[in-house]
Parts: sequence; C-alpha cells; structure tokens
Amino acid sequence: MKIIVCIKQVPDTNEVKIDPKTNTLIREGVPSIINPDDKAAIEEALKIKDKQGAEVTVLTMGPPQAEYALREGLAMGADKGILLSSRSFAGSDTWATSLALSGGIKKIGNYDLIFCGRQAIDGDTAQVGPEIAEHLDLPQITYVSKIRSINKEKAVVERALEDGYEVIEVTLPAVFTIIKESNNPRYPNIGRIIDVFDNMSIDVWDEIMIKLESEKLGLKGSPTQVLRTFTPPIKAPGKMIEGNTDKEKVLNLLNNLYNNIVK
Amino acid sequence: MDFNLDPKHQMIKEVCRKFADNEVETIAAEIDETERFPLETIEKMGKLGLMGISIPKEYGGAGAGYTGFAIAIEEISKSCATTSVILVAHTSLCASMIYNSGNKEQKQKYLVPLAKGEKLGAFGLTEPNAGSDASNQQTTAVLNGDHYLLNGSKIFITNGAHADTYVITAMTDTSKGLRGISAFIIEKGWEGFSFGPPENKMGIRGSSTTELIFQDIKVPKENLIGKEGQGFKMAMMTLDAGRIVVAAQALGIAEAALEESIKYVKERIQFKKPLSKQQIIQFMIADMATEVENGRNLVYKSAWLKDNGKSFGISSSMAKLYCSEMASRVTNKAIQLHGGYGYIKDYKVERLMRDARITEIYEGTSEIQRTVISSSILK
Repeated sequence: MKIIVCIKQVPDTNEVKIDPKTNTLIREGVPSIINPDDKAAIEEALKIKDKQGAEVTVLTMGPPQAEYALREGLAMGADKGILLSSRSFAGSDTWATSLALSGGIKKIGNYDLIFCGRQAIDGDTAQVGPEIAEHLDLPQITYVSKIRSINKEKAVVERALEDGYEVIEVTLPAVFTIIKESNNPRYPNIGRIIDVFDNMSIDVWDEIMIKLESEKLGLKGSPTQVLRTFTPPIKAPGKMIEGNTDKEKVLNLLNNLYNNIVK
Repeated sequence: MDFNLDPKHQMIKEVCRKFADNEVETIAAEIDETERFPLETIEKMGKLGLMGISIPKEYGGAGAGYTGFAIAIEEISKSCATTSVILVAHTSLCASMIYNSGNKEQKQKYLVPLAKGEKLGAFGLTEPNAGSDASNQQTTAVLNGDHYLLNGSKIFITNGAHADTYVITAMTDTSKGLRGISAFIIEKGWEGFSFGPPENKMGIRGSSTTELIFQDIKVPKENLIGKEGQGFKMAMMTLDAGRIVVAAQALGIAEAALEESIKYVKERIQFKKPLSKQQIIQFMIADMATEVENGRNLVYKSAWLKDNGKSFGISSSMAKLYCSEMASRVTNKAIQLHGGYGYIKDYKVERLMRDARITEIYEGTSEIQRTVISSSILK
C-alpha cells in the first residue's frame, strides 16, 4: 500500500501576536509547525504502516525552509519526503496549490491513498484536499475521524459530523481529509531524527518536473482575489441575568432589553 | 562562528519540549510531594530514545552526542529535575562509563539494553568517608580465582533501588590510594547485594537515592571494567562529560524559574500596576535573564567542544560551577519575586529552588570544580 500525505508548514498560531498598530500578524520569531490536522494525517498513515505495512510519502509545496516540516514527517516514521518548490509556485491560492500538489502526486504515481489535513490553521479554507480529489478525479471523504478497516481495494471510515458521524465505504484510490481529533501524533524518536538529518535526502521538484505550465501556478494561476483582510471585531462579553426565581429572571431580562435596546 | 542550533538539534529541542510538557510537567509536583519514582516516564523516555541519547547507534543509542543530550536535559529540567536526574545518572554516568571504558562483550551485554532503555543504570563512587576525597574508599574487591569478592557500601546513589545495572568502584589494592581503585559492573539480584532505606531529600524528591550494600558479592572477573587500578581515572573521564549535563540540568531549572517569574510579575498587581512596571522588578528580571543566557552559552560551548573532539574538561567544570550556583541565585530571586506565594508549594518556584540546590553538590561540588579549574590555570 502506498500512501501520500500532503502537509503544510504553518506559523504556530498559539505563538502569533498581532501588531496593535497595523493589525497584522507579527511573523518574526514565530516558530513554524506542521499544521495540526496534517500531523494527524501523517499519524493516521503511520498507523496503517505499523499495522499492515505501507510506504508513506510526505509531500508539501512551499519555500525551501518547508523541508524542515518534511523532515519532521520522516522523523515520525514516513519513508520519503518531496518538496515542491519554485518561484512559480509563490502566491498560490488553494486552486493553484491543489493543482501543483496533484502534479506532484501524479509524478509519484501508483498511490492507493491520498491523505490531507482537514484545513490549515493559517488559512482555514479546507479547500485543498477536496480540490486535489477533483484534479485527480478521485472519490473524497472529508472530516475523517477514524479508519475502521482498509485493504488494497476499499476502506471503511467514519466521517465526523456536527452531531455524530457517518460510516462510509469507499473504493481506493481515494482522498481523505483527516481531523486532528482522530489521534495523538507520536513523538519522533531522537535516533530517527539523527538519521533523517544525517542520512536521508528530500527530493525538490519544480513546475517542469511535475509537468505544469507556470501560467497555471502561483499568483497567475490563482483566481482568488483578496478584497481586504481584517481582524474580527472583539465581541462584548455576555451578561448574566440574575434573579431568585425564574419569573424574576425573565422580568429582569425584559427590563434589560427595554432599558438598553427599546428605550 | 554560528550560535544557532542546527536543524536536527532544533527538532530534538522541540520534541523534548513537547514531551516534557505533556508527559513530565503533568506529574512533576505530584512525584515531588509523594516521593514517587516515575517508572512510567522512564519507559516513555526509552521509547523516545532518551535513555541512550548520547550513545552511538551501534550500541542501541540515538547518536545525538552531548549537544543533543544537553538540550534534552535542559528541556526536561524545565519541567522536572527529578526526571532529568534519573536520565543523567543512567546515561551520562552508568551507560557512558561502559561505553567509554568497557570491552566489546560488556558493551553488548550491558550497554545495549541500557541505551535502549530496557534496563536502568546507576553509578556508585561515593562512600560515607569518600565524597570529594575519592581516595579514601573503603569498599574492597579481592580477586579469588574466577571472581572478585566485593565488600563495602556506597551512599547517595541515584536510581539506587530501582536500577538493574550498576557501575561501582572498589579498592583492589588498598596500598595504592587512587591508583588502587577499580571499576566493576554488577547486577541487581546478585547474592549479597542489598539496599539501604531511601533518603528523605530536600529536592529531586521523586528520584531514588539509596545506599548500596555489598556483602561478599561474587563479581565475575569479566565484569572488571578496563584494568585493575584504572577505576578512578575512568570515573573522572566519565564525570568530566557528565558535568555538561548537570550544568544543563541547572540551566533548565533556572530557565523555568525565569519563565515563571516573567509570567507572575506581569500578572501581579501592586500599587495599582503590574510588578513588571516597577523598575526594581525589571532590573531583577534583567539580571536573571542575563545569568541564564551566560549559563546557556557555557553549556552549549562545552557540548560543542565534546562533540567536536576538542578538550572540554575545563569548560565543562566552568559550566557546572557557574550554572549550578546561578540556578540557586535565580530560583532564590524567583521566590523573592513571588513574595509569600513563592514560599507556598502551590507555586512551581518553591520546588525549583529546592531542586536547584543539589546541583552545587553532586557530580563534583562547587569547591571541587574550582579546584579543577584553578589547577589547570595555575599549573
């Protein structure tokens, strides 16, 4: 079984601070991490590898420093890391990103499963996984919370919904987007970290190697137009309506509404 | 010159930080309070590759050198010095001594399971009348055919009752002083090997510190490390490198005290403003941060010297001396910054100050470090 896990290196939003003057993210000195849903996707692939054997490839598109995220995936136990990196990819929206990743996936070839995280904590679009499935004309299951069973031909998975889950059987190959609640990613073993840095290499592919024209990639290939960015306004804190009895609480609520809104 | 961590050490740091936050910090106060030896953490550290972090891969270790080792100890010590001392005694003393001076068979039989974390190690040099004065050892090993007969005792032994494999020293020739000391590997369960009651300590209370008692233990001849009379020299060589990680431990404790203090002085309001807006408090934080930075530079430099095959003994003594005394100063200031709350066990700085104190004493007291440093300068 061959599993490709698409990951994204993102700023650790727990550590991000907002510049109060410009209202923009202060990115300087903020550590980069593997997007949490994507890390869960790596773990899910490694669980399959542990149980029944699989070759796990981690794939990302990003600047040269994204190699670090791939190496972390390798340190967790993935077998290969591939970085799509070129100036042509810069400024890509989700459409251009998913196109490039699909190009990388086609070049890798012979896959049984494509895993993505549900969404990235910096963009929150949740579009790249489904778009990859469309580019590759594959069935997709989003919000996967559990893989019940899997073999070369088909898989049975649970798909998280707001108030429960669906059980879906799907033929392979297929694209799954994994939610971080599905598992606790393992710690990379320290000996493995040393191996990954001393003895393993990351393949770097550009647009020519994945057979895509640069017009379809990066800023040029991105139909998304950003009109403006803004910090969501801070909501006023809620107010607890006090009262000794239910009747008194309702009366207090009505008084509050009348005095503060109607009057 | 480059003061940045390279990417592999950066990753080791991140992994150890996450591990310490999730698995170590969560039980640190409890194991201190109840003096509980955290067996479950040792198993987890073994899986992570920590138990043999500095030991080369061919012997089951992680091969991360002393830079990786120091980083790991620093991060774990920020959460719990009990946990880090278990690792220090196991890896930098017991396993490293076998790695440095053991023969092929000893390495296969004893070092590999230690490095993989399958067995726990301890190291016994100190005796009731032989602390800094190691030449006054009373424990004896007398050759008797195919074995040595071991008699005597060791005190204050970290991992004491919980270890499986022990590296200990004993006099094979009482007339020769330091040159009469030899080192042996002994195993738990051997006839005549018993333990004293656990010590009730001021700090690192979750760690096990006990007396080892030897009564006519038959130690097979092949368990002698190196040659007769080389024990002290080999132990000193091992302790030289061990000082790097004790310094890293003290550094981690001090960093935690600084972090706790920064958090507290920003939150605590007195005279209608946070403590952090008072200049006297700002200056205390500045001094603490400067001392921590100084300590870190000494630790990392010593580790770099060791990993690059350069002479590191004086540097590691300086790191150990400075960081241990610095940790006592910084944790003391942290308590002052916390006021009355700092004296209460609900606040982490109380434990940090108690834990810091031992680093000035074990693995060579500050006085011994000053002797080592000055004698190399004034020779």
